[in-house]
Amino acid sequence: MSGLLLAVAVGGAAGAVLRHLAAARSGPHFPWGILAANTAASFLLGLLTAGAAAGRVPGWAFALGGAGFCGALSTYSTLAYDVVRLAEAGERRLAAADLALTLAAGRAEAAAGAAVPRLP
Amino acid sequence: MSGVRRPGPARAVTAAVACGGALGALARYGLGTAFPAGPDAFPWTTLAVNVSGCLLIGALVVWLVAAEPHPLAGPFLSTGVLGGFTTFSSFAVEVEGLVRLGRPAAALACLVATPALAVAAVLAGAALARRVRRAR
Repeated sequence: MSGLLLAVAVGGAAGAVLRHLAAARSGPHFPWGILAANTAASFLLGLLTAGAAAGRVPGWAFALGGAGFCGALSTYSTLAYDVVRLAEAGERRLAAADLALTLAAGRAEAAAGAAVPRLP
Repeated sequence: MSGVRRPGPARAVTAAVACGGALGALARYGLGTAFPAGPDAFPWTTLAVNVSGCLLIGALVVWLVAAEPHPLAGPFLSTGVLGGFTTFSSFAVEVEGLVRLGRPAAALACLVATPALAVAAVLAGAALARRVRRAR
């Protein structure tokens, strides 16, 4: 197994476990844990992507932290499933709020992370 | 009290999530390597990964409820494999990248199409799985 694949696998395992722990801590009403995981991963991946573009993040570190950890810490399947689940339970406002908050916070954090390596 | 130490349920669930997460991340990485999107191109690979993962989770939840498989199958497949396979962070960073590269129309298309297709895919996956179940 090449080193990069090992890095992706290790980062992916760690990201998935952290997301699982975050999800387990939020109650059944609103998936705060997944919102937090997606937001934090967007910030970190924005930072790593900009750092890699600037030549300051080596390939193995991007595979471990970006493709592996951030990719697995964040999720689209659970987000979309939660939106459907909340809507089908009659909680249409919560479903819309979950999606809107995740999109807004994720985009803002990706931009914030990308701005960090450009700071003087 | 046999004295044999077996992993507690919480520890076994965490291990299943970790293994699934590693496999899901590797599958996503493999697809990203096979179909790389240029920095200024529309991120089709991430869209395809996320929509297919959402289709699968819709079907998976129907199957988990109906088939009652091993209790670790849910955490392994849903939280682990599909959670590790799909990614919100790549989507967010790629939308941000399109904005920064002066492609607001592509960024908006990605920002709107991905969640719409993701939710539709969950519904479609669940509907397909129910139809397959009824047909058997």
